[in-house]
Amino acid sequence: MSLASAFFYLFAGITVASAFMVIAARNPVHSVLFLILAFVNAAGLFLLMGAEFLAMILVVVYVGAVAVLFLFVVMMLDVDFVALRHGFLQYLPVGGLVGLILVAELVLVVGGWAASPGAEALRATPVPPVADVSNTLAIGRVLYTDYLFYFQAAGLILLVAMIGAIVLTLRHKEGVKRQDISAQVARTPANSLDIKKVSPGQGV
Amino acid sequence: MDLATFSDYLLQLAIMAGQSVLLLVSLLIFIAYCLLADRKIWAAIQLRRGPNVVGPFGLFQSFADLLKFVLKEPVIPSGANKGVFLLAPLVTCVLGLAAWAVVPVAEGWVIADINVGILYIFAISSLGVYGVIMGGWASNSKYAFLGALRSAAQMVSYEVSIGFVIITVLLCVGSLNLSAIVEAQNGAYGLLNWYWLPLFPMFVIFFISALAETNRPPFDLPEAESELVAGFMVEYGSTPYMMFMLGEYAAIMTMCALTTILFLGGWLPPFPFAPFTWLPGIFWFVVKVFGVFFMFAAVKGFVPRYRYDQLMRLGWKVFLPISLAMVVIVAGVIQFMGWAP
Amino acid sequence: MRLDQAARSLFLSEFVAAFVLAMRYFFKPKATLNYPFEKGAISPRFRGEHALRRYPNGEERCIACKLCEAICPAQAITIEAGPRRNDGTRRTTRYDIDMVKCIYCGFCQEACPVDAIVEGPNFEFATETREELLYDKEKLLANGDRWERDIARRIALDSPYR
Repeated sequence: MSLASAFFYLFAGITVASAFMVIAARNPVHSVLFLILAFVNAAGLFLLMGAEFLAMILVVVYVGAVAVLFLFVVMMLDVDFVALRHGFLQYLPVGGLVGLILVAELVLVVGGWAASPGAEALRATPVPPVADVSNTLAIGRVLYTDYLFYFQAAGLILLVAMIGAIVLTLRHKEGVKRQDISAQVARTPANSLDIKKVSPGQGV
Repeated sequence: MDLATFSDYLLQLAIMAGQSVLLLVSLLIFIAYCLLADRKIWAAIQLRRGPNVVGPFGLFQSFADLLKFVLKEPVIPSGANKGVFLLAPLVTCVLGLAAWAVVPVAEGWVIADINVGILYIFAISSLGVYGVIMGGWASNSKYAFLGALRSAAQMVSYEVSIGFVIITVLLCVGSLNLSAIVEAQNGAYGLLNWYWLPLFPMFVIFFISALAETNRPPFDLPEAESELVAGFMVEYGSTPYMMFMLGEYAAIMTMCALTTILFLGGWLPPFPFAPFTWLPGIFWFVVKVFGVFFMFAAVKGFVPRYRYDQLMRLGWKVFLPISLAMVVIVAGVIQFMGWAP
Repeated sequence: MRLDQAARSLFLSEFVAAFVLAMRYFFKPKATLNYPFEKGAISPRFRGEHALRRYPNGEERCIACKLCEAICPAQAITIEAGPRRNDGTRRTTRYDIDMVKCIYCGFCQEACPVDAIVEGPNFEFATETREELLYDKEKLLANGDRWERDIARRIALDSPYR
């Protein structure tokens, strides 16, 4: 057993165990923390495959941003654990049904899996040595040439989703005083102070 | 696996461990003195003297503080989630120090010269938010939780602009390797070749975002002592508190080192001729890191703390559009002038 | 107007000005005293630690009139007088000040007809236990002997204003 495979079993074992703990942990915050552990170990698995760019992006995007928002929401939830346990049996049939459908779909997908005719030829093409082409470069070359359209389409979908989220939440209420910072900064003594000479006993 | 390869592994492991320990020890000592310098600089701007009793000029202050923290009794609140409560400072501390594995302190002086070094540092610093959130949540206290929530939003927001700044630098360099980024700034004009000049707006944005990312004043809202007591650290004392502080300062050092590498030419001497090139690269690196840290510390003295909504406005409405526009402009200029590496 | 504001905020003029100001302060002499080694000036009227004074011939000034005990608003002073002596004066057998009760109002030194009890210039008499702050006559006389020169000078300096 080489060092790499030892690390593979370590990362894989922790990933599977923490993925199990995500659904087994009683405290939802612990669940999210285990989810993060699973993400980090998955990044480790990517590293072992030599895909360091994907590993780092996984950590930056999923662990650094998405899971933070998960944690954010879960921490704010006021979860009543007793009530949660209470409805367990009641929801069991529905949950079981959904699970069954998922398993059936997975079986269908795996059963219907066939190698594409071009795959064999693709495998046969020589892989450039890692020293010449780092995987960041390789991903970039593929992403911005062969898959440019899909890449742009994905970007567009995300943009639409972002605009949608902003439109749904943005409300300009009437009568709410808002701060105009540049107007505040632009104020000078010249345009906001009026100095008057008041002679005694005269008033302004 | 035969014995030869195994002993080869062991030897490599021992060399690696030795280098790591050396880096760690020198880093910790550097952090200890930066902590002292931080207090001294802040004090000098406010016409105070700062710590000056322990040792000559207070030089041993940080070590006295270390002893004090270690010898104090750790208190864990009864309502706290014990495991997460103790895990949080550990996470902060480990992540703060782990980022230094890829930092090249001089030519070839780097523990792990990986080719996605900058992404690694970015990933590690984006994980830094977990220590804060976990600590705030596990303390089971209002102030700590509010501090943690503020901090999470703040760190995630400013990561976006930091990411764009890094992308502009990467566009100029064409590599994700930190040593390559420094080498790309090497040129005949010394400090005029470094990226702070052509990418000056990004340099400023990066500096300010780094302040926000490391929860330094004027963006120290997570621990705003006048409103949240001490934010997410309210319930912490003794060794766990010290680990939070250590992690925070290690993260600050990482950000200073990153500023140095991205914009100030890493280990390169400011003038590429004789008397300056005699000094080793590590000297210039440390001088530059300390110079950036001086700015970090001085800003604390003369900028008032931001309000939360102003902080968010700055991050999302000012820095994000500017840095996004700069990415486009820089990419366009590089493409049209044919400067692409 | 807007343009020049935009230019100023772009070049961070306020920030640079603040930095220059901060650096000017950075090199200014420090406003803080290096306390245990340097001390601030104190007024001749400063009311610090109590002391019982003696005449230059070594005789105690205190004549056990108990005016200080009577005026003390915190009732921190306890005096017991000895029998009348051959020259017709009395001396105390016990003179205690509870420094924990004392509010340092200075009424005792104002009340004293012979300038025996005074509040001296010393303010560094912190102790590790509470009991050490219950001063007796011996301690107060020792204070008087120790601080006599300072106390005499302070009284001389302040006398024109009384």
